[in-house]
Amino acid sequence: MDLTSKHYDMKHKTIYRSLFLFGILASASILFQFCKPKGPAEVATGNAASQAYVAPGKYDEFYNFVSGGFNGQMNVYGLPSGRLFRIIPVFSEDPTSGYGFSEETKPMLNTSHGYVPWDDLHHPALSTTNGEHDGRWVFGNANNTPRVARIDLKTFRTAEIIELPNSGGNHSSPFITENTEYVVAGTRFSVPMGDKTDVPISTYKENFKGTISFISVGKEDGKMKIAFQIKTPGVNFDLARAGKGPSHGWFFFSCYNTEQAYTLLEVNSTQKDKDFIMAVNWKKAEEYLAAGKGEKAKAKYVHNWYDEKTHTATSEMLNEVMQLDPAVLKDMVYFIPCPKSPHGCDTDPTGEYIVGSGKLAALIPVFSFTKIQQAIANKEFEGDFGGIPVIKYEAALHGEVKKPGLGPLHTEFDANGNAYTSFFVSSEIVKWNVKSLEVLDRVPTYYSIGHLCVPGGPTRKPHGKYVIAYNKITKDRYLSTGPELTQSAQLYDISGDKMKLILDFPTTGEPHYAEAIPASLVMPNSVKIFRIEDNNHPYVAKGESKTNVVRKGNQVHISMTAIRSHLTPDNIEGVKLGDEVYFHVTNLEQDWDVPHGFAIKGANNAELLIMPGETQTLKWKPLTTGVFPFYCTDFCSALHQEMQGYIRVSPANSNVPIKFSTGKTEAPAGAAGSK
Amino acid sequence: MKRLSIIPLLLLLACGQQQAPGNESSVAEAAPGAGQSAVQDETSERDVVRVAVNSPVHTTLVTALKTAEYVDALSNAGPFTVFAPTNEAFDKLPAGTVENLLKPENKDALRNILEYHVYVGVITEAMVQDGMTLNQVNLDNITLNKKDGKITVNGANVLGVVKASNGVVYVIDAVLLPPEKK
Repeated sequence: MDLTSKHYDMKHKTIYRSLFLFGILASASILFQFCKPKGPAEVATGNAASQAYVAPGKYDEFYNFVSGGFNGQMNVYGLPSGRLFRIIPVFSEDPTSGYGFSEETKPMLNTSHGYVPWDDLHHPALSTTNGEHDGRWVFGNANNTPRVARIDLKTFRTAEIIELPNSGGNHSSPFITENTEYVVAGTRFSVPMGDKTDVPISTYKENFKGTISFISVGKEDGKMKIAFQIKTPGVNFDLARAGKGPSHGWFFFSCYNTEQAYTLLEVNSTQKDKDFIMAVNWKKAEEYLAAGKGEKAKAKYVHNWYDEKTHTATSEMLNEVMQLDPAVLKDMVYFIPCPKSPHGCDTDPTGEYIVGSGKLAALIPVFSFTKIQQAIANKEFEGDFGGIPVIKYEAALHGEVKKPGLGPLHTEFDANGNAYTSFFVSSEIVKWNVKSLEVLDRVPTYYSIGHLCVPGGPTRKPHGKYVIAYNKITKDRYLSTGPELTQSAQLYDISGDKMKLILDFPTTGEPHYAEAIPASLVMPNSVKIFRIEDNNHPYVAKGESKTNVVRKGNQVHISMTAIRSHLTPDNIEGVKLGDEVYFHVTNLEQDWDVPHGFAIKGANNAELLIMPGETQTLKWKPLTTGVFPFYCTDFCSALHQEMQGYIRVSPANSNVPIKFSTGKTEAPAGAAGSK
Repeated sequence: MKRLSIIPLLLLLACGQQQAPGNESSVAEAAPGAGQSAVQDETSERDVVRVAVNSPVHTTLVTALKTAEYVDALSNAGPFTVFAPTNEAFDKLPAGTVENLLKPENKDALRNILEYHVYVGVITEAMVQDGMTLNQVNLDNITLNKKDGKITVNGANVLGVVKASNGVVYVIDAVLLPPEKK
């Protein structure tokens, strides 16, 4: 036993030692209980396996967009099968596709801090129209270097990334309003901002502020722009949900660390019995903005977007952002007390109820939008926090779910008025009725659930059918893989009164949060190929006759094509040591699911994976003279292994001319070298 | 060292032969586990439950935790600060109190008392300050005092402190009773 007490006296040491044998007996009896054999009562009833089984060649009913957490990507699974279809690169480089390595995609990862090759993606948010999933885009947040990404569900590719100034950890993001008017981004860390950023950390209360960014989303093209930021007192923002139906026009954010601690938060930010839900009337914010009440603040942030015609990303640096101060602009922001470091802050499908989940609490408060409005009208405030009114807890409260479990984290809903809340500390999902607040059922998860997901669960019309648990710990659940283990998802059937575990599958990265959407809303829009006629890449070769090798100073630009089963050109000479070589490879195929890859020996970046009709560029700087092989990396045809070529690199002072060809054989040249 | 080697042996006896992975793979039904308390792992540091289970002076507490179905929760990641009254501490309660609490119909009351002994978070001895309050899982506060290096909890003496994998256990000489509800 590891005894840490410095003042541990002899008497107690003796107690522990002498009674150790008894302990063994006690442990044996307890363990007997723990590992009792699995009887019929402990085995799931019914045909669990067949419920999750999707026969070969059949489709899943739902897409499940699962964040990759610390892999920085978005993972696409099918439900109910749990099959992994794709990992979409978003905030992290992906050597498999060349995302972040190809010249075209590098700008996607630009920030005001330079090129950032990794991030931590926590929350997917599917776009909605009238509060229902519309299948157009899925958004994701970068937690570390604050950004929001938009993924186009026609291509399943990252189409746009916008950085967030005045933010320090974009966790409370990217939740969206009913018609995707806005994507929000609340900062986890409050930070000093404006002209005064070099300040002692101990001046948190005075100098540190939070921000909530409202990013507008173009109705047709989805283009993102920071419409405004709301400046808040220094706290940590955690999660958020938009109002729906009657509460449309409002947004609710959970905040913790209202103690305004800046060190040892595990103790210092958990002092108060209650933190806050912050309610924002964003329609009011729009009014203030229209009335010119916003203040332009200097801020440096980057906006990147990908053009599907030029197959190229562009970065722009932006220099200012509009800010609104709720301490001055009244009736826009209110705080509602919420027990103990709330994490989840979830509005039910009717838009009337807001469920707070104090992650260190053993109760779930449910707030009523109607009562919040009445409390505001009647000025039922208990005081203010940073100049923002704090509504009386009881005045906003619909009721509390008493003792539902330990550590409520996040809640989603079915279409029948029920809520499903994940409990990290007690590792379970609890089903309860939103109106009656009565606990209806509970199931364990294996182990330590974070978020959960019901298909359509955060929308006005949940599809129900399943709840999926995303677990942080798997320990003994799968074949072991050393100290580093997979995290997991668990699928429960919720069509009956009782939740029933039907599938358990490993995931990639950290499955932090997920949303699920019927396949019928996404699959019909999926792009099969990029039309070669529409390719406006500056170095596209729309046919083998258009291929080219051009020297521009010490840059050599090769416009190359790939088609089953050769690269054109496949013999290239005239490159000199010190040159930068750009392979601009156009995939000439116009056939579904026939990508070509490109790799060259010694490349310091990655491969390219080029979709039909697309052009992508790999930069290569040879370090020695010689002849270097390159080849197609994607098994494309029976002659894939023949799809290869050579490039010759000569000394810097050589006079080997630029020469390129495919299928041309010549008599051996007299001179072997250039000298 | 000898005593340590006994434990795996007992575990093996207790659980019978460990199943080979292949044996389960053909089973069509989902096999629910019992939570992390059933994970077979004799390598890792003990969690707060196993600390209690391995302490002969905490058999009453362990019985209470089992009765309240708290064993799994406290085997999870936590982290927890657990105030663990000894058997003697339970014995100090009025006669019949423990027996009453262990009755199925009093499960909520038992849970409330046990939750009053658990804080979510790790408070090490070094972090304890005189007069510090902690809001426990049952949402009531306890008060820690520290005088001349000696820690008390709502007046109960801390007899020893045991570090666990998922938190810390303070062995105390009295059962903490939640304040009466108004």
